[in-house]
Amino acid sequence: MRILVCVKRVPAPGARINVTVDGQTVDATHLGFTTSPHEECAVEEAVQLAETHGGEVTVMTLGPTEAEEQLRYAASVGVHHLVLIPIDEVDWDPQRTAAALAEAIVEVETTHGAFDLILFGNESADAGGFQVGVRVANRLDRPMVNGIKGIEVDSDELTDVSTGVVSARREIDGGFEVYELPMPAVLGVKEGLNLPRYPTMKGRLASKKAVVITDERVADVGGQTRVRLHRPVEQISETVILGTGPEAAPAVVDLLEELGVLP
Amino acid sequence: MSLLVVCDHDRGSLSEASLEALTFARPLAVAADLELVAVVIGEGAEAAAVDLGAHGAETVYVASHPVLTDFGPEAWGETVVQLVHSTGATVVLACGTDRGNEVVAQVAARLNQPFVANCRSIDPVGDGSGNWTMTRVQWGGSLLEDTTLTADVHLVTVAHHAVEAAAADTPAPGNLYAFSPNLDDTLARTVVTDRVVLTKGITLSTAPVVVGGGRGVGSAEAFAPLEELATELGGVVGCSRAVTNNGWRPHSDQVGQTGTRIAPEIYIASGISGAIQHWVGAMAAKNILAINTDQEANMVTRAGHAVIGDLHQVIPAITEEVRRRRS
Repeated sequence: MRILVCVKRVPAPGARINVTVDGQTVDATHLGFTTSPHEECAVEEAVQLAETHGGEVTVMTLGPTEAEEQLRYAASVGVHHLVLIPIDEVDWDPQRTAAALAEAIVEVETTHGAFDLILFGNESADAGGFQVGVRVANRLDRPMVNGIKGIEVDSDELTDVSTGVVSARREIDGGFEVYELPMPAVLGVKEGLNLPRYPTMKGRLASKKAVVITDERVADVGGQTRVRLHRPVEQISETVILGTGPEAAPAVVDLLEELGVLP
Repeated sequence: MSLLVVCDHDRGSLSEASLEALTFARPLAVAADLELVAVVIGEGAEAAAVDLGAHGAETVYVASHPVLTDFGPEAWGETVVQLVHSTGATVVLACGTDRGNEVVAQVAARLNQPFVANCRSIDPVGDGSGNWTMTRVQWGGSLLEDTTLTADVHLVTVAHHAVEAAAADTPAPGNLYAFSPNLDDTLARTVVTDRVVLTKGITLSTAPVVVGGGRGVGSAEAFAPLEELATELGGVVGCSRAVTNNGWRPHSDQVGQTGTRIAPEIYIASGISGAIQHWVGAMAAKNILAINTDQEANMVTRAGHAVIGDLHQVIPAITEEVRRRRS
């Protein structure tokens, strides 16, 4: 099975996010970076599928050259091939990103064969555009469903990928929907799909030597243009301290009564 | 010219989010001088269409086709694209739910137009040169982004809970028209084939009370008193990302940017520091009570009410007090 995962490098904020003076990006001076959480699960899922069904996993990212860090992390948990599409700007808009990714995917597939499955995160943790995966799938003319929290591949049908089916579950309130997509297919996944593993020491060491293929791309700018980022005006409310320790219980229950939530 | 609102429904039952979309769209349609129209798609759509006039839709298209047996992002997206072509709509708007964002993204991909997701406000007059300006949410609502949109067809979603659904002051006719898209059978490849119900009754996203636990709870077993209090209050237990990462609770219990957004009457957040990731999932709660040993914790300073103390003592005391008053 050939699987591709597209990931994004994002800052890892704690309790507060600050913006740079020019308003173009998150001030990451005191922050680390990570793989967007949904995509971290996508990488784990791809590695598990390759372990179960055989095959190879490629991870691709469009981002600053520093995003090599996230690619090497993917290698440390079992990914085989790494592709970086470097950009100089802070971020590319979703149309531009999707166009570059789709072209890069076509080139990899022309040389090495089609991917049976391409995984994206449901949305990136930072920009949250909810569209890059859908746009790439459309450009490749492949079926795509977003919001997936369960994936099963019928291994009997893998002898001929053109008839293989991937079964995907999407969470809805109190249950889930099932989709049956013919492969090659594209899925946007959500955190909760699995619990990503931590890299082993051996994996970490191997990832340092992994080859990162750099694929320079140009693409037209799309119609969505960032003007500036800013923090929402917070409604500063005084916190009413109801008490300290278990002695506060009566005051808490008074509040619950007042709100009408005591059944 | 028109503004088309894509309304979501579950087998005939209209989603509250769709009414939010219509509520948000009404002043926008006036400002942009557009007729407000709506579309409901697939089996059961006609039943879902009845309320739309009361919420401002002049015209409601009811789309049906043999492929449209249930929700399917590609089939729904293609249906909207064909409706845009046949009505000449210049704006497509939906609520920024999973489905709403996905369907509009499908429309955007097919029309090769930009799509601005999760807007909080939109100004169609914009910068005066024909571009719209809008404010959208990033980081699940922790940051806002001012954006310009240059497009032939303006594709947008409104952030869920950005407005409260309300009927129009003056109801619109809401006349129903059947619409039959020309869909290729292959689009059935992404239509829902089955549904599995796991829980009946209240869930995390609908519960009136959520009792949340974070790293401070300490272990999977230590959630038992939280379960007891939740049961006593007719609510459910939620948790932070640290808890799911430790394997103490299933991810389906996670409140946050990458988990469930909750909107209960009260959220009792115990042993939770209140990182951005968690806060954005909890901030729609009408009331928040934080229980924490650290008075400076982010959750405490942002909550309306707080108890300073060890949740392992405070939670059982609350449960006991609730029982005492009931008997």
